[in-house]
Amino acid sequence: MRRKLFGLAMFVLASSLLACGGGSKSSEEKIPAPSPTTAAAAVDPTTAGEINGQVSFEGKAPAKIPIRMDDEPVCMKEYKVPIYSDEVVLNDNKTLRNVFVYVKDGLGDRTFPPPSEPAVLDQKGCWFIPHVVGVMTGQKFAVKNSDPASHNIHPIPNLNREWNKSMIAGAPDLMEQFVHAEVMIPVRCNVHPWMRAYIGVLPHPFFAVTDDKGSFVLKGLPPGEYTIEAWHEKYGTVDQKITVGPKESKAVQFSFKG
Amino acid sequence: MKQEGSVWLHRFAMLTAFATFLLIIAGALVVGHDAGLSVPDWPLSYGKLMPRMTGNIFYEHGHRMIAGLVGVLTTVLAVWLWRAERRAWVRWLGITAVFAVILQAVLGGITVLYLLPIPVLVGHACLAQLFFCMTVGLAVFTGPAWNSVAPVEDDRFPAFRHIACGTTAAIYIQLILGAARRHKALGLLPHVIWAGVVAVFVMWMLYHALNKLPQSQKALRGLSSFAGGLVVLQLALGYGSYWTRLVTQGAPQPEPAMINVTTAHVATGALLLGTCLIVTLLSYRRLPGSVREMSFTRNPQKKFA
Repeated sequence: MRRKLFGLAMFVLASSLLACGGGSKSSEEKIPAPSPTTAAAAVDPTTAGEINGQVSFEGKAPAKIPIRMDDEPVCMKEYKVPIYSDEVVLNDNKTLRNVFVYVKDGLGDRTFPPPSEPAVLDQKGCWFIPHVVGVMTGQKFAVKNSDPASHNIHPIPNLNREWNKSMIAGAPDLMEQFVHAEVMIPVRCNVHPWMRAYIGVLPHPFFAVTDDKGSFVLKGLPPGEYTIEAWHEKYGTVDQKITVGPKESKAVQFSFKG
Repeated sequence: MKQEGSVWLHRFAMLTAFATFLLIIAGALVVGHDAGLSVPDWPLSYGKLMPRMTGNIFYEHGHRMIAGLVGVLTTVLAVWLWRAERRAWVRWLGITAVFAVILQAVLGGITVLYLLPIPVLVGHACLAQLFFCMTVGLAVFTGPAWNSVAPVEDDRFPAFRHIACGTTAAIYIQLILGAARRHKALGLLPHVIWAGVVAVFVMWMLYHALNKLPQSQKALRGLSSFAGGLVVLQLALGYGSYWTRLVTQGAPQPEPAMINVTTAHVATGALLLGTCLIVTLLSYRRLPGSVREMSFTRNPQKKFA
């Protein structure tokens, strides 16, 4: 009798773990988008302006740190030259790539509907592409696996729900959403610990990631006074205030010191 | 009539203890490689019994495979003990070990499914060492060192067995502090301070073994000497773990030097615990206190009724 009770207890415990366990929910489960407190007001294109600029780097360039991919031969063979950490990527013109630039303040009570197209994060060559990506709250976030290897996707947010999901080679895209604005959410692949990415989640579409020229553009801004923030994963954040008039294009420069 | 223990039963118990030691090393490698969440599902791995063992999946699923083997060995040992062991307390220790390994598997599953909750991580690490002690104990109790020895009373103060017991307890506390430190539940300072306490205990045990125990107690003297060497090695590995972690801070991936030194530190800790546990068990067996009198003080006038 005691043995039967013990077996039943273990079965119940194991079943409970399997059925209820996990910090992750299935991607099919709907995550409710936040209901706006005010109706979304379209930006008047006849007055919309833009902020553009560059993010430069001052000081000595940090040493490049090589990445070891010995544990994943299918990815290692894709690289003919050594591959380095993308924590700090300096462009040839001494600007920084992968800086997340966004409107931190100044939009007031305006709300903006998320686009129907998903933001995309791909895994290719055992690397997250892009390294830094922006997405709106409630916008679909698609994770792809373009590798012949298995990955796991593990965002580690503070405000949003943490999850960790596997993606075998050839798996269909994962579709997720982030409910709360958060700058920035680190993303890991625990199978390949060198793989890092960052997701910026914002309630508006005015964000950009600097390119191979260190440049960014924030288009379609209503006239107003804004605080623009540039975020870098190693060098922190720099803010600047800027006023944009009707149909004005304003340039702003950011600089990080090494 | 049940046999007290066969040679093969003892060897199987030793095999189980050794496999458990390897499992502890495998667990340390999982943490060192930051592979704890590389297999998001449990009990299957990527939906399979056997996934492709690439990247950190090798360490995480490898750990699960060795755990499965230890579970099987423990179950077989418990069944074998139940059928062949005369002493009821040894049989029940075998059953307890089965419960412990099942609980350990459940804790392992919880750490994966609930994204590494720190209390469960620390509990998983501490239960691992406790389970290791059970397997070591079973190996000792089924062996000739335990079963064919004439005890010699030791009424000195402090008795060697008490020093050994205190040393073993101090080492276990140190392992708890180490697990708490590694999983960021506590800072480094308690672990460093208690390392000094452990070193004092081990050296005290070694001094007592070499200077107070008779030459005939070769096993106790030899094991105590081994423990003395281990604690020196462990202190060096502890410093190495700290230093390698410091110099590789900010690296894009865990560095082999840090992983290897830290894993060796965990393994040596387990080995030290096991060694001192054996010393403790054997000293209680071979050098027991007087059975004729128990008293609150050493005054023979005051005794239990």
